[in-house]
Amino acid sequence: MGSSGGNLCARSQFIREKVRGDGNLTRLAVTRTGIRFWFLLFWVNRLFKTFVFGIILGLFGTGALAYFAPVIDIHRERSLIEVQPNGGNVEEYRINLPRDRIMVGLAGSKESLPAGLDWPGADRLGDTQAEIFKVRNRDNAVIGVASRLASSADSTGSFIEWALHFPARGTLYTQMALAHSPEGFRTGVMRAGTRDFLDLSGTMRERFVAGKDGDSDAQGHIELQAILVAPLGDVE
Amino acid sequence: MKYLISLLVGTLLGATLFLLGLYYNPFVGQASVSPLAVSDTPVIDLIYSAVPGESILYTNNGESTIAPFPDRVGELWEPAIVDTSAWVTDLQSSRGEWVGIGIKFSSPSEQTRIVHGEAMANSVWHIYLPEKGTFLIDQTENYWAYLRDVVIPAYWSSSDNWRGTYHSIMTNGPGSLGTARLTGGSGMYADSISEAVESRTARGYSSTVGPISMSGSLSVAISNTEVVNAE
Repeated sequence: MGSSGGNLCARSQFIREKVRGDGNLTRLAVTRTGIRFWFLLFWVNRLFKTFVFGIILGLFGTGALAYFAPVIDIHRERSLIEVQPNGGNVEEYRINLPRDRIMVGLAGSKESLPAGLDWPGADRLGDTQAEIFKVRNRDNAVIGVASRLASSADSTGSFIEWALHFPARGTLYTQMALAHSPEGFRTGVMRAGTRDFLDLSGTMRERFVAGKDGDSDAQGHIELQAILVAPLGDVE
Repeated sequence: MKYLISLLVGTLLGATLFLLGLYYNPFVGQASVSPLAVSDTPVIDLIYSAVPGESILYTNNGESTIAPFPDRVGELWEPAIVDTSAWVTDLQSSRGEWVGIGIKFSSPSEQTRIVHGEAMANSVWHIYLPEKGTFLIDQTENYWAYLRDVVIPAYWSSSDNWRGTYHSIMTNGPGSLGTARLTGGSGMYADSISEAVESRTARGYSSTVGPISMSGSLSVAISNTEVVNAE
């Protein structure tokens, strides 16, 4: 009984080793077949090689395109800036009326623009007038948009402000004096500038020029003149 | 011929894989908490509806998905401003009380880098708060998360719209902490500079008409103003 039990154990051990060995052989065979398959696919099958090359080309090509090609390319008009003899530069802007007026918001006014504008009532905004315009350069080409806020409210003090936004260059924020000169100019101080105007300081003048008979813009035009100076550099 | 077709199909697959990687890039995210939230300075919130039909005026080139409002408003079709939009809206406090009006000009920025997850816009707010004053906020905004999570899913949807909950900080600069720059004009804000952050919350967007249920918020830091013209 004891020897038959020992034989059984030995046979079981033999069978386990045999199966393990066959398993290793099977795995080896599968691995070899896999290597052959991929070798054939990559190095022999030209069609598949072309396909893989296409994938790589598509990945890197699209990546290069997304990285180097400009997604946004803003249209720029030629700069029309005059350099002042005593430093700084002058640039003139023009707003043709009524053509360039996009919005006029004034409580209780029949002249609100556009038709159907739901402007807050006088109980909220008092006599505050808000306007939005297109802004042109000296050559009469539209280069930006502007907002003008004016109010005579006691609580905040009377003010007239301009915010001129030029998509390709930046924004100018100026506050005007209420009184104008005998020549019709109202002068203001630049409060802030962004991008191209970031480090500049200066003034802005505003004047309304009435239109003449026969002009396409019957009401006239608003003349804006920005006089801007760059900061002084370090003295060597 | 079969090699050419194989190359083309592979190229298309590669381009698609790149675009999918770009779209699902887990390393590109956008903050949903305002940098001003951790500041100890008082902040006022100015809330507005980001649905053009609920604002006072909205205009663009007239050919975009979002139609100008009201119908007869002048359009910005000239080449230099063709991608610019102008927006005039009522501003409310966080309690829902009317507090003023805001005018926003926004243009796409040439700093846009899709590879970096940056769809940038330069924008300014010209704001008037009666009894308080006026100020200008200038900022760069990143619309990538908004496009990825709201606009593109709306175009992909079979019903042409997106519904869900989206909230994100839009302001990306020019402040070092991703804040906008505020310059005071008149009233209590005269001669002051400060910071602001704009965020957007969306619940519905249609690929045919644009925002359906959307609001924006401007968080403006008030007390840390610095007097720049002290003389």
